Amino acid sequence: MHLAVCIKYIPDPEAAFSMFSIDEAAKKVVPASGLKHVVSPFDEQAIEAALRIREAHAGTRITVITFGNELSRNALKHGLAMGADDGVLLSDAAFDDGDSYTTASVLSAALKKLGVIDLVLTGRQAADGDAGIVGAGIAELLDRPLLTFAKSVAIENSVVRVERVLEDGTETLETDLPAVVTVSNEIGAPRAPSLRETMRAARKPVQMWKAADLGLDAAMVGAAGARSVREKLFAPSKTVQCEFIEAVTPEKQGARLAARLREAKVV
Amino acid sequence: MTVLVIVEHADNKLATASFEQLALARGIAGKQNVIALLIGGERPVAQTLLARGADSVIVGSAAVFNGYNSDGWVTCAAQVVREHNASLVLAAHTPSGADLAPRLAFRLNAGCATGCVKIENNNGTLLFTRAAHGGNVRETLHFKTDTAVATVRAGVYDALPADTTRRGEIVELSDAPASRIRVIERKREDSAGLRLEDAKVIIAGGRGINGPEGFEVLKPLAELLGGVVGASRVPCDLGWCSHAMQIGLTGKTVTPELYIAVGISGASHHLAGCGNAKTIVAINTDKDAAIFREAKFGVVGDFAKVVPALTAAISALPKTI
Ligand SMILES: Cc1cc2nc3c(=O)[nH]c(=O)nc-3n(C[C@H](O)[C@H](O)[C@H](O)COP(=O)(O)OP(=O)(O)OC[C@H]3O[C@@H](n4cnc5c(N)ncnc54)[C@H](O)[C@@H]3O)c2cc1C
Ligand SMILES: Nc1ncnc2c1ncn2[C@@H]1O[C@H](COP(=O)(O)O)[C@@H](O)[C@H]1O
Repeated sequence: MHLAVCIKYIPDPEAAFSMFSIDEAAKKVVPASGLKHVVSPFDEQAIEAALRIREAHAGTRITVITFGNELSRNALKHGLAMGADDGVLLSDAAFDDGDSYTTASVLSAALKKLGVIDLVLTGRQAADGDAGIVGAGIAELLDRPLLTFAKSVAIENSVVRVERVLEDGTETLETDLPAVVTVSNEIGAPRAPSLRETMRAARKPVQMWKAADLGLDAAMVGAAGARSVREKLFAPSKTVQCEFIEAVTPEKQGARLAARLREAKVV
Repeated sequence: MTVLVIVEHADNKLATASFEQLALARGIAGKQNVIALLIGGERPVAQTLLARGADSVIVGSAAVFNGYNSDGWVTCAAQVVREHNASLVLAAHTPSGADLAPRLAFRLNAGCATGCVKIENNNGTLLFTRAAHGGNVRETLHFKTDTAVATVRAGVYDALPADTTRRGEIVELSDAPASRIRVIERKREDSAGLRLEDAKVIIAGGRGINGPEGFEVLKPLAELLGGVVGASRVPCDLGWCSHAMQIGLTGKTVTPELYIAVGISGASHHLAGCGNAKTIVAINTDKDAAIFREAKFGVVGDFAKVVPALTAAISALPKTI
């Protein structure tokens, strides 16, 4: 089998937001220089899901794909060190300032170029834009069934079975391969790169493709191909002032809080 | 413009979020059409949708639509959108809505905005404002496409009061399109109690409650206030409680009157799901915790002592009304 995992390289989403600034004129979020970048957490979990499938099916090949600037090569390195077999970097100035639509188009074109991919895995959403669109876009553009928010993924006899997170439980779904699955955090912690795989990673093949390699016209990608236009980018306003409840013991604090909540007609 | 609302329901109990979207749709459509699409629901439910602002309801009430899954839903919804020339499709930002909306958008060559907190009709141009970067940023988008599909976060729009005098057409969907996905099993957690989404009071525990026993300290307070216990992602991931209790960016969006955050640091990803609560109270040992920047009332202290004292003091208060 051949699995492909789409991974995005982003500024650490767990970093305090004071490490970012909002450039309202450029309509961009700017991370502080030197802020650590990581593989978006759900994407790392998608790699983990792929590795678990390979454990059950020896001989499975796992390709990690990222779309971004030259720095995104580090995302591939991380994926390869976790155990993926090869990587693809999609990088081209023509791709700049695209949107979810152009990202899905470019990734789909690369997936097609890779040949028959039995299962494409993505994160449920990239932890910078929080959109959750690209996985669905790939499924539609490749005309494949999509199973979202997976908490477990297993393959048997060319059928993929997913346990999917619902708001009040889970559902088990199946579909025939080839298919697309988006992975949620309920799948559990991704493995850390092992020393052995990290050593091997340097020798694993990584290809770099540009728009022309994918047969994509400049008008179809980047700002020209985007379907959305960003009008504004801003920080949400905050107005609350916290009233701290002081007292000599925690018990008295609790009692005082009750009294204040009653005065404020909250309880 | 014609607006289509994809209605969410569980066993014919309509989601409040769908009423909120009907109100939003009504505001955007003005004198034009608001259509509600109800798959797997019954006709009396369709009547309720008219009362809440829909001009007509398209319903798939035949048995084939029961427990229907997303793959067929997308095909079904795409047909309806094309047939009625809808310019805007709204769905709730829930596991079903977030599953359906982007696929529908690609199927229709439409734009897609997820997790919207505001949608405006600016002289015919739709502007979508959504949260990004874990809730720290808002972006406003418009689309170059004729159609757009959006999911909307719960609690940002008020539902219209039910007006049972409103009449409208209720149209049956004829046949269910085939689905490539098979549903093997659905496990719903016992929903006998109040749902977090509907709760007026929520007591939420985070890593700071130190283990599953921590919830036992929160429960009496929730019971006393007629509320529900929720959680940040950490207790869910650590197996202290069910994932269904997760509140936040990738969990539930809740809008209670009172939200008491206990042992929760206040990460933006968590606040993305509860920031619209009317009053937030925070109990945390760390006076610098981010949650205090969002809270109206704060207690710096150990929850294991503060919460039982709070519970006792509230139960000793004279009853209101
Ligand atoms: C893409 C993404 C999506 C995410 N989605 C969500 C989501 O949907 N929901 C969510 O909640 N998180 C989500 N997270 C995780 C989020 O970033 C935080 O890591 C998480 O919310 C922290 O949970 P917490 O506040 O319970 O734990 P911590 O941040 O560890 O905070 C624990 C707090 O408890 C306090 N404490 C300790 N002991 C006590 C005591 N005895 N009494 C009182 N207070 C005490 C500490 O001072 C601390 O402030 C997401 C993260 C990412 C990257
Ligand atoms: N630039 C990218 N490179 C590779 N994969 C991506 C990229 N952007 C998005 N994806 C994949 O699509 C998923 C959803 O992204 P999004 O729709 O942007 O939230 C992510 O979790 C990734 O798996």
